[in-house]
Amino acid sequence: MGLERMRRRSLLLWAVALLAYLFLYAPLAVVVIYSFNDSRLNAEWVGFTFSWYRKLFRNEEMLLAAQNSLVIALVTSAVSTLLGTMAGFAMHHYRTRLLPILVLAPIAIPEILMGVSLLIFFVLLNFTLGLVSVTLSHISFCVGFVAIVVRARLAGMDESLTEAARDLGATPFRAFRLVTLPLITPGVIAGALMAFTLSIDDFVITFFTAGVGSNTLPLQIYTMVKTAVTPEVNAVSTLLMLLTLTLIMLATRLSPFLLRESR
Amino acid sequence: MAAPAFQETRRGANWLVAGPPLAYLLVFFAAPMLIMVLASLRNPGDFGGLAPVLLEDVAGTHLNLSVESYARLASEFLYTRLFLKSLGYAALATLLCLVIGYPLAVLIARSEKKHRNLLVLLVILPFWSNFLIRIYAWMLLLGPQSGLSQALNSVLNLADIEPVSLLYTPFAVVVALVYVHLPFMVLPLYANLEKHDSALLDAAQDLGANAWQRFWQITFPLSLPGVYAGAALVFIPALGIFAIPDLLGGTQGIMIGNVIKQQFLDTRDWPFGSALSLVLTLAAVGVAGLAAALGRKARA
Repeated sequence: MGLERMRRRSLLLWAVALLAYLFLYAPLAVVVIYSFNDSRLNAEWVGFTFSWYRKLFRNEEMLLAAQNSLVIALVTSAVSTLLGTMAGFAMHHYRTRLLPILVLAPIAIPEILMGVSLLIFFVLLNFTLGLVSVTLSHISFCVGFVAIVVRARLAGMDESLTEAARDLGATPFRAFRLVTLPLITPGVIAGALMAFTLSIDDFVITFFTAGVGSNTLPLQIYTMVKTAVTPEVNAVSTLLMLLTLTLIMLATRLSPFLLRESR
Repeated sequence: MAAPAFQETRRGANWLVAGPPLAYLLVFFAAPMLIMVLASLRNPGDFGGLAPVLLEDVAGTHLNLSVESYARLASEFLYTRLFLKSLGYAALATLLCLVIGYPLAVLIARSEKKHRNLLVLLVILPFWSNFLIRIYAWMLLLGPQSGLSQALNSVLNLADIEPVSLLYTPFAVVVALVYVHLPFMVLPLYANLEKHDSALLDAAQDLGANAWQRFWQITFPLSLPGVYAGAALVFIPALGIFAIPDLLGGTQGIMIGNVIKQQFLDTRDWPFGSALSLVLTLAAVGVAGLAAALGRKARA
């Protein structure tokens, strides 16, 4: 009888968990399904079509926004990977007080605060808002994510390998390049993928720092959703989801640690 | 090579590594923050409400600073009420995340080891899809033509109640707040629950404690650090959000984030917008500090 009750309880637990997973996935599934629906209204299923995707690839504004997003994300990813790796290395090896605060604070404070403060900053400096200001802003919140991943990778590394290389006469830089770097590479790549994803997905900080005339994909989606919802939004959302999910799966493969500490 | 010289080069190398990220973040994070603190103490400008001059040159030079923005924030009941409303929405969303997330975290922690990573990944994945898309999805789900709305209204119709709208209501805002932040609750809870020693529960059962007692007297108290961590991770971003009320809330469901956005982009009253943002951050940091303190106490 005890076993019976235990089974009933775990069945209940599974049912609740299943509902929670349903809650997490059903909304996204709806977006994907409607992106193939042959109807202007997001109401009932009419028939299968690719026409929203075809329309998407003829939409100049959307293509420009996608191009902007890609350029911003690539530059952000490259620069924040370099700076983030340096920061992660420094945080692991040296006792710095200021660096961890500066690295982690952008992640911890409300996003709107960062967006708004960067807006004031750029305008007061007479810096034209556009792709460059967006990229500079993205880098400043992505550095922290890369640094965390790299530091975690360094923490899991066998310190004696670098020491051995140094004992054998390698300069610190040589030891870093030949021993440490290859060992932390998966963490660095994972950090780069994460920075790319965060940048291409960012809405709030981009919203405040983009100014007029330079749209990114999330800004374009926002405008479309605010004005007239067409199923094209579903199509572009599906594609964007596909892209970021692929990248994040790759990053998780490379650095299983992401599973536990992502954001 | 003499030891001091070696030390010297090492310190130089350290700065070479730590310097660039430090410099970047000082310029593009710390400086904007400081400027905003100053901006909140400045007066709004005359021309189109742009930022004012720091030093006023009339007969001489004097500082043109004031606490006007903060005074206005404190005196106008509209803003106090909006702050309270935002706190309420964020608190409700946090509570709902806890209620939904707890069973999920328990299930993952008690499932077989080889399944755990997959189950955790399934919680995280939706979080990595675009934030706006996740909000937009609820526009589809709660819209007047959605199955959910129609089913609800046909039931209400049977009971002779006026049809209701789900979208553009505070309800939609809270649902989306829960949806967007649920992973932040599940992950720290799971990380905590996974470490629990099942021998404690076995011992309690042997001593005659039923499932209810075992949960409330052992599992839940032990999981409090995870609860506080999860609550902070949900509450802080939820408090400052503006995209969710902007897209789903209509006029009834606006939050403090919307007013901040409005001050910066529409009204262009930067000092007041800065003051609002800083008070919001102080509220968030206060809650985070409280959660951390409670978590430490629970662990002790």
